[in-house]
Amino acid sequence: MLMNRRSFGNSVAAASGLALAGPALAQFRVEISGVGATQVPIAIARFRDEDRTTQVLSAIVRADLERAGVFRGIDTTTQIDELGQPQMTEWRSKGADALVGGSVTRLADGRFDVRFKLWDVVKGKDLGGQSNAVAPTDLRLAAHHIADFVYEKLTGEKGVFSTRIAYVTRSGTRYALRVADADGEGGQVALNSPEPIISPAWAPNGQELAYVSFEAQKAVVYAQEVASGKRRVIANFRGSNSAPAWSPDGQSLVATLSREGGSQIFVMGRNGENPRRVTSSPSIDTEATFSPDGRSLYFVSDRSGGPQIYRVPVAGGNVERVSFTGDYNISPALSPDGRYMAYISRQSGAFKLYVAELSKGATPQAITDTRDDESPSFAPNGRLIIYATRSGGRDVLMTTTLDGKIKAKLVSTTADVREPMWGPYDR
Amino acid sequence: MKNIKFTAFALFAAAVMAGCASNVPLNNTPAPVESRAPSTSGSTGASTSGSTGSKVASVDLTKNTANAELPRVIYFDYDSFVIKDEFRPVIEAQAKVLSADRTKKLSVEGHTDERGGSEYNLALGQKRAESVTKALKLLGVNDTQVEAVSFGKERPAVQGSDEAAWAKNRRAELASR
Repeated sequence: MLMNRRSFGNSVAAASGLALAGPALAQFRVEISGVGATQVPIAIARFRDEDRTTQVLSAIVRADLERAGVFRGIDTTTQIDELGQPQMTEWRSKGADALVGGSVTRLADGRFDVRFKLWDVVKGKDLGGQSNAVAPTDLRLAAHHIADFVYEKLTGEKGVFSTRIAYVTRSGTRYALRVADADGEGGQVALNSPEPIISPAWAPNGQELAYVSFEAQKAVVYAQEVASGKRRVIANFRGSNSAPAWSPDGQSLVATLSREGGSQIFVMGRNGENPRRVTSSPSIDTEATFSPDGRSLYFVSDRSGGPQIYRVPVAGGNVERVSFTGDYNISPALSPDGRYMAYISRQSGAFKLYVAELSKGATPQAITDTRDDESPSFAPNGRLIIYATRSGGRDVLMTTTLDGKIKAKLVSTTADVREPMWGPYDR
Repeated sequence: MKNIKFTAFALFAAAVMAGCASNVPLNNTPAPVESRAPSTSGSTGASTSGSTGSKVASVDLTKNTANAELPRVIYFDYDSFVIKDEFRPVIEAQAKVLSADRTKKLSVEGHTDERGGSEYNLALGQKRAESVTKALKLLGVNDTQVEAVSFGKERPAVQGSDEAAWAKNRRAELASR
């Protein structure tokens, strides 16, 4: 990491005059706001024979890296494969600190052999590469794996481009729970319903989704295996059953049940067995999420009037308030290292995404300029947040860096898109 | 008779729910909670005295239906779950019907306007629904006859992002089960 910092230390702030997404990236737009974003300029050359497939791999890799906030793509039409001998002086003169080249070769069995190599242009050094034979349907995934490789080599941290997200679309009266690549593309339907679906929650192993469906004319919590579609009821008690979240070990779930009157928080087994009441208040207690160490629950309660965020040990006990600014704070999400909390705060009638550093007393900051932000969740490496908002009269999904400087709008379909949840590392 | 009436009511409620599901804005005029099937209301409104001559007894189904209507929607102020005095008669009329027939069951569905998060709104809607079931139970309705549930902001009665639309969406609806 230190070595990488040194070799890419000459990267400059790129706030203005930046060449953003080219035509190949029309599927979404990366917006950069604010100043002082330090970004590594990287060139992703065209891969040999990539135009013979359905996916332009180099464009997917570039879009991934730009969305992450720490890279800036250098425009190029040059083609380089993994065996190429790029002239480093030439690439330095184009302003690139790093370069990726590769190739796509169709195999006799119908699969594609995807190869690539990463170069440190500043040091003139080969940083390695990989070769992967994939089914045509996994070409996008192969591109995301390349972006993950590059991200990890150059930042020292694991990339999240090959992870998945879940979200809900609404088109007229049709609702669908979908699973897509982390860039919002390649979405597949996990559940179609004529009734609303909310609050999808990934199991930590990435194999299952819990969610709330209103198909029974009331809120019921289900869990569904993503690969098989097999589903089971987790909580269907009298009243409403909602806001599921998994424990970090995947062995239990927390949910909001109203079976004893009032919306209260219960912890139960992974099949909904033995629900145990955690909170005991005459108020609304809901939206519980486990701390990364599995010992505490962060949740929303209106016990002090408006909704605020609190923390309580999973075993029950002393309840501590953790949000103080503003009179309406909801939807807490914890970063995987437990350092940051993202949440939604109402300020002057607008619902804004905030990020707070939990151990610091500093005032949390709004990191968007939109007014209807909802449902934040962290990428598994803690560097990006996905959230829902309204833009251009539609419900859309955005990702943002924690400082709010780099944002990207995901999933350009005609349907309204809501309730995003970023999945774990799983493939 | 009761069973037939209940079935007719259930069919009607199903039609109302289907209307909700297709995002057709709910009619603002209160829908009947008890509707009568034509075959069961032959004696209602008809004269049974006398049986000779040219006398024709008229049966007015439209009038009967109208008379059978009970308001079934209660509206709330912003961020409030207090039942306003103007809706007391709605609760009282429903309680009377439920107390008279212990086989009748209702879902009380709480709803909110579109502002804020889906889960917090679900809990707010639940609180509204529970305030209605509590009032019904105070008037003698059995606990087993009513279930408080919530749709939060997921099923607005009307579309729109102004106070007029929001006011119509902050509500509790009584639906048969």
